[in-house]
Amino acid sequence: MTKIKSLADLKKIRDEMQSKIKLRENSEHPEQTVQIKVGMATCGIASGAKETMSYFVEELEQQAIDAVVTQTGCMGFCYAEPTVEVTLPGKEPVVFGYVNKSKAEEIIEVYIKRGELVDGIIPLNFKTIDD
Amino acid sequence: MKTISEHILDIVQNSIRAKATLIEIIVEEDKKNDLYTLIIRDNGCGMDKTTLEQATGAFFTSRNTRKVGLGLALLKQNAEQCNGHLVLKSEVGKGTEVNAFFQLSNIDRPPLGDVWNSFYLCLLSEKQTEIKYRHKTENGVFEISSEEVKQALPGMPFSNKEIRNGIIELIKNNLTDIKATF
Repeated sequence: MTKIKSLADLKKIRDEMQSKIKLRENSEHPEQTVQIKVGMATCGIASGAKETMSYFVEELEQQAIDAVVTQTGCMGFCYAEPTVEVTLPGKEPVVFGYVNKSKAEEIIEVYIKRGELVDGIIPLNFKTIDD
Repeated sequence: MKTISEHILDIVQNSIRAKATLIEIIVEEDKKNDLYTLIIRDNGCGMDKTTLEQATGAFFTSRNTRKVGLGLALLKQNAEQCNGHLVLKSEVGKGTEVNAFFQLSNIDRPPLGDVWNSFYLCLLSEKQTEIKYRHKTENGVFEISSEEVKQALPGMPFSNKEIRNGIIELIKNNLTDIKATF
């Protein structure tokens, strides 16, 4: 393959790709996609949030899971960075702490795919029986 | 922060919080004067004089989730460790400019790092804000803007593997061409 050097080269890739991709219908229904927010303030970046975020973007695309990965600010859990907030469709957001690559893999495999909770949840929006 | 690219990712978040619609990131390598400059300029809400004076302090932040704000403080420390300094300019309502100067040949100067990932991740997250990156060496200038990329790829999800690799490779190849130091 030739080297990609200019925006025209990017356009070429787009044209090649466009026939292969069926644009996801879900992108217009955010309530059906998994939403992932990676804490990307100073504390997050310093503890490797960039790698975590890249990993989520790559892996979710690879496994064809419909997800939106975005950056967010500091959630106030600097001791547990990198922190990641995962919102499954129709569920409450859950915040995970100390998310390195292996933790991210576990979150994708166990929580996002199977819906089972994994260790390392930061109790942020838990509810008691009285609520 | 281990690399310049991490600083960029970090300071850009400040600009986004200041509701900027245009963020310019400029890196200049000047061998002649042994100078390495990082400029981040935005058109956000800006700061008044008292805020500006406090901004580089480690215990100043506009958030209420925590009591420290280390972004600019760490950049300042890094610059000063490399015989450089940090200059902040800001005007309320107009925007802010962060200038960090490093000694190019200083052994403590952080490497550029994977600036392509920083740019890509910002592109992915910030739909409203235009982000421009400009890198200058004595061999030439490389410029990329998030608007250009968006216009070149209408209707394509940036998270798509080929698109992601394409954008990253585009930046990498061009930076290699102008012999930027990573």
